Amino acid sequence: MNPQTILIADDEPNIVISLEYMLQREGYRVLIACDGQEALDTALQQRPDLLLLDVMLPRLSGYDVCQKLRENPDLPGVRIVMLTAKGREAEASKGLALGADVYVTKPFSTRELLATIRAQLGATPAA
Amino acid sequence: MLLGGVILLISFAYLGILFAIAYYGDKRADAGRSIIANPTIYALSMAVYATSWTFYGSVGRAAANGVGFLPIYLGPTLMAALFWLVLRKMIRISKVHRITSIADFVAARYGKSSLLGGLVTVIAVVGIVPYIALQLKAVSTSFLILLQYPAVVMPAKGQAVGVLSDTALYVALLLGAFTLLFGTRHLDATERHEGMVAAIAFESVVKLCAFLAVGLFVTFGLYNGFADLFERAAQLPRAEQLLRLGDTAASYGSWASLVFLSMLSILFLPRQFQISVVENVNEHHLSKAIWLFPTYLLAINIFVLPITFAGLMQFPPGQVDADTFVLTLPMAHGQEALALLVFIGGLSAATGMVIVESIALSTMICNDLVMPVLLRWKALRLSRQRDLSGLLLGIRRGAIVLLMMLGYVYYRAAGEAYALVSIGLVSFAAVAQFAPAMLGGMYWKQGTHAGAMTGLSLGFLLWLYTLLLPSFARSDWLPISFVQQGPFDITLLRPTALFGLTGLDDITHALFWSMLANVGGYVAVSLIGRQSIRDHAQALLFVDVFKVAGRGSSLWRGSASVQEVITLVGRFIGPERAEADFAEYATRHGRESAHELAPDADLVHFAQNLLAGAIGAASARVMLASVVQEEPLSMDEVLNILDEASQVIAYSHQLEQKSRELQAATAELRAANARLQELDRMKDDFISTVTHELRTPLTSIRAFSEILNDDPRLELDKRRQFIAIIVKESERLTRMINQVLDLAKLESGQAEWHSGEVDLKDVIEDAVSTTSQLMQEHHVQCTLDLPPQVPRVRADRDRLLQVMLNLISNAVKFCDRDRGRIGIVLRVRSDVLQVDVQDNGVGIAAADQETIFEKFRQVGDTLTGKPQGTGLGLPISRQIIGHFGGRLWVASAPGAGATFSFTLPLGGIPGET
Repeated sequence: MNPQTILIADDEPNIVISLEYMLQREGYRVLIACDGQEALDTALQQRPDLLLLDVMLPRLSGYDVCQKLRENPDLPGVRIVMLTAKGREAEASKGLALGADVYVTKPFSTRELLATIRAQLGATPAA
Repeated sequence: MLLGGVILLISFAYLGILFAIAYYGDKRADAGRSIIANPTIYALSMAVYATSWTFYGSVGRAAANGVGFLPIYLGPTLMAALFWLVLRKMIRISKVHRITSIADFVAARYGKSSLLGGLVTVIAVVGIVPYIALQLKAVSTSFLILLQYPAVVMPAKGQAVGVLSDTALYVALLLGAFTLLFGTRHLDATERHEGMVAAIAFESVVKLCAFLAVGLFVTFGLYNGFADLFERAAQLPRAEQLLRLGDTAASYGSWASLVFLSMLSILFLPRQFQISVVENVNEHHLSKAIWLFPTYLLAINIFVLPITFAGLMQFPPGQVDADTFVLTLPMAHGQEALALLVFIGGLSAATGMVIVESIALSTMICNDLVMPVLLRWKALRLSRQRDLSGLLLGIRRGAIVLLMMLGYVYYRAAGEAYALVSIGLVSFAAVAQFAPAMLGGMYWKQGTHAGAMTGLSLGFLLWLYTLLLPSFARSDWLPISFVQQGPFDITLLRPTALFGLTGLDDITHALFWSMLANVGGYVAVSLIGRQSIRDHAQALLFVDVFKVAGRGSSLWRGSASVQEVITLVGRFIGPERAEADFAEYATRHGRESAHELAPDADLVHFAQNLLAGAIGAASARVMLASVVQEEPLSMDEVLNILDEASQVIAYSHQLEQKSRELQAATAELRAANARLQELDRMKDDFISTVTHELRTPLTSIRAFSEILNDDPRLELDKRRQFIAIIVKESERLTRMINQVLDLAKLESGQAEWHSGEVDLKDVIEDAVSTTSQLMQEHHVQCTLDLPPQVPRVRADRDRLLQVMLNLISNAVKFCDRDRGRIGIVLRVRSDVLQVDVQDNGVGIAAADQETIFEKFRQVGDTLTGKPQGTGLGLPISRQIIGHFGGRLWVASAPGAGATFSFTLPLGGIPGET
C-alpha cells in the first residue's frame, strides 16, 4: 500500500520545515506549496490525501483554494485541515463553511495535529 | 287788527304741521321707507343755512351796504362747487367712524381726544349762542311788529320791558320745547333725525315762498316790475353807492373776507354739519345739492334789492328799521295775509335754525363735554348703571334748554349792539376756527393733537378778544375805552386794531388775526411735535378714507368679554337695540349668534362705532376702555405689530437655518461615528494582525521545541538546524514585540525623545558599519556619497540611527540577489539635509508606494516568497522623521530599484524646545 500523501501549503519556511520533518517521520509522503496558486495546482496534479492549508497565503488565499477544491468533482475525497494564525470564531466558521474538515489554530501542539491528521486519514474509506 | 291770539294760533298751527311732518317722517323711517332718501329733500334741508338772518337781515344789510349782503351767499355757492371734493370726504369719514358732530369729528381725528372735543364744543357754544339770540330777536321783533298791525311801529328796545313780559323769553321757551319734541324723542345710535330733516326741508320751501311772495308783491304790486323799481330807486341819494362793490381796497378786502368766511360756514356751522353730514343718507345726493342749493340761495336773494329799495322809498328815513322791511312793507299796504305769511316764513327760518343748531350743539355738549366728565367721575359709578339712554336724553334736553336760555341772556345783554347781520358774522368767525383742524385733519396726515389744540385755542382766544369782547363793550358790559384805547391804554393791543392793524372792518380784522394764529399754531406745532400712535392711526384713516374703505383701526390690543361689551353698549343705546345690532354683526360675520363672536379688534371697533353714535368717539373710547382691558400701545409696539410679518418670516428663516445646522451637525456626528467605527475596526484589525504576526514565529518555535523534546535521539545536524530556527524566530518575536510597543508609543505621543545636536554624516557612517556584516552576507556592495562637512541638526541620534538601519536593511533585503548594490547619498539643500538610500532591486509598483508605509503591509517578493521582517519598520521610520519635521518617501519604478529618501530641517525641530 502506497504511503498516504499530504500537501503542505504555507508561506512560512520554518513552519514548512517543521511540518515536513514531522510528517515524513510519521511515514507520509509530503508535498510542499509556498502560495495558494501552487497549492491548488499541486493538489489537482498530485491528488494528495490531505491538505494542510494555511489561510494567509500569497496570490490565492487558503479560503479560495479550499473553495475551488471542493467545487472540483475530480477531487472528492481530499481531506482539508486549515491552519491559521487568525484565531477568531468567525474565521474558523468561514473555513468550515467553505468545506474544510478541521480548523487548527497556530501555534498548535504537534501531537494533537498529528492525531488530527491520523484521524482524518483513518476516517477515509479505503480507496 | 290782528289779535295776538290769532297770530299765536296760526303759529302753533304751523308748528303743529311741522311736527306732523316730522312725526310722519320718523314713522316712515322706522318702517324702513324713508321720505328723505331723496336728493331734493337733502338739498332743501341744506337751506337751513338761510335763517331769519337771511329772511330779514339780508334786506337790512343791503340797506346799509348795498350789494354787500351778497358775499354771505356767494361763499356757499362757491363752496358748493367743491362739495364733491370736500363734503363727500367729510361724509364718508363720518359714516365710517359714526361721527355725530364737529366736535366728534375733530376729537376722533386727533386721537379720540375728549379734551379737543370739549374745546370744540365750548367754541361752538360760545360762537353760536349769539346766533341763537339773533333768531329769538327776529321772531320776537316780528311778532311785536305784527301785533301792531296795521300800524307800523318799531318795538321798544329789549331792556325797556321786564323779563317776564319779554316776548323773546317766550319765543325762546317755545322754540326750546319744540326742539325737545323734535330732536330728543328717542336716542339713535347714528344720531339721525329723519322726521326733523323732512320738517326742515318743508320749512325751506315755506320761507322761500314767503320771501318770493313779498318780492313779487313789492316788485309787481307796488311797482311795475324790476325796471320801474330800479328806475325810481336811482333817484335815491345813496342808490349808486348801494349798487357798487366799494371803492376802497378795504371794501374789497372785506368783500373777500366775507366770501371766505361764508365758504367755511357752510361746512362748519354745527347745523350745516348736522344736516349735510350727519343726516346725509346717501353720498350721491350731493350731486344734486351741488346745483340745487346754490339755486335756492339765488332765488331767496333775487328780491333783496327790490325790497330794500322799496322800503327805503316807502318809509321815511330812520323811522322803520330796514331789518323789518320784509314784514313792514306788506303791513303798510294792508296785506294782512301776506304779512302773516311773512311772519310764518320768518318763523320757519328761525325755528329751522334753532332746532337743528340746538340739536347739533346738545349732541356736542352731551357727548363731548358732559359725558367725558361724568364717565371719569368715578364716584358716580356711571359705567355700572344698567341703562344710561335715559340719562343721555336728559342731558341733551337740559342742554337744549340751557342753549335757549343762554341765547335769551345774550339777546338781553348784547342783542341791541349790532344789527342782525353783524351778530351772524360773529358766529361765522367763531366756527371758521374749526377750519384748519377739520380741513387739515382731512388732508394732512402730519396734523397732530397738540397742533389742533394750539390752533383752536389761539384762534378762539383771538376771536374772543377781537370780536366778542368789543361786542360786549358796545353793549356797555365792558368800558368802551377798552375798544377805543386798548386794555390799560396800550394802543397796540386795541382789540379792533391789534398791533396797529387798522383800515379793516372788525370782521376782516378778527378773521385775519384769528386765522393767522390758528393756522400758524396748528401747522407749526404739528410740524415740531411728534404724533402719538392713536393720532397717527386716525390721521391715516381720515386722510385715506377712500382708500381704507370702511376698515377701522386694527391697531388695538387687549382683552374683552363679548357679553360685557354688549352690555356696555346696551346701557347707552338700550339693551334690545344692542342685542339686535350685535346679532346682525354676528350674522354678517357668519356666526349663529352674538355669543359666538370672538372679542377681537373688529368687534371692539364695531362696539366703539355704535357707542360713538350715542356718546361720541372720545367718550366711546373711555367707556370701552372700562370693560376692555386695553393695553396701551407704544410706538415701538406698533412698529412691532407692523414688523410682525417680517419677524415671522425672519423666524422661519431662523428655523430653516437651525434645521440646516442640525442636519450639518447630524452629518458631522455621523461622519465622526463612522470615523470612530473605522478606528475601532482598525484597532481590531491591528490587534488581529499583531496577534497573527506574533503567532507565526511562535508556531515555529513551539513546533521545533516539541520535535526536539519528543525525539532526544535526533541527529546532531537536524538538532542544530532546529535550534538555530528557534533562536531566530525568538529574536523575530522579540523584535516584533518591541516594534509594536515602539510604534504604539510613537503614535500616542508617549515616546521618549533624547534630542541633541546630531551630525547626520556620523549617523550614516555608524549605520553602515553596523550593517556591514549583513551586507557581506548578502553580497551587497555599498557606496557612500557624503560631503566632508554637514551642518548639525537637532534630533535624537538613536532614533535617526534606527531609521538608517531600517532603510539599509530594507535595501539589502530587496537588492538584486546576485549583484546587489546600495548607494547612500547625503546632500545639504537650502534649508534641509536630504538622505537617499538607493537599491537595485525589483522596485515597487506605484500602487504599493504608499501602502508600504502602513503597518504590517509588506510587499512580498514573489520570487523569494515571504520577505523577512515585521512590516513595522517603515511606519516607525516615518513617525520618527515626521517628529523631527522632515519627510520620508519612496521613488521607484518596477525593475529599476527603489530610492528611499528623507529630509531633516536645518532650523530646529518644530514642537521641540
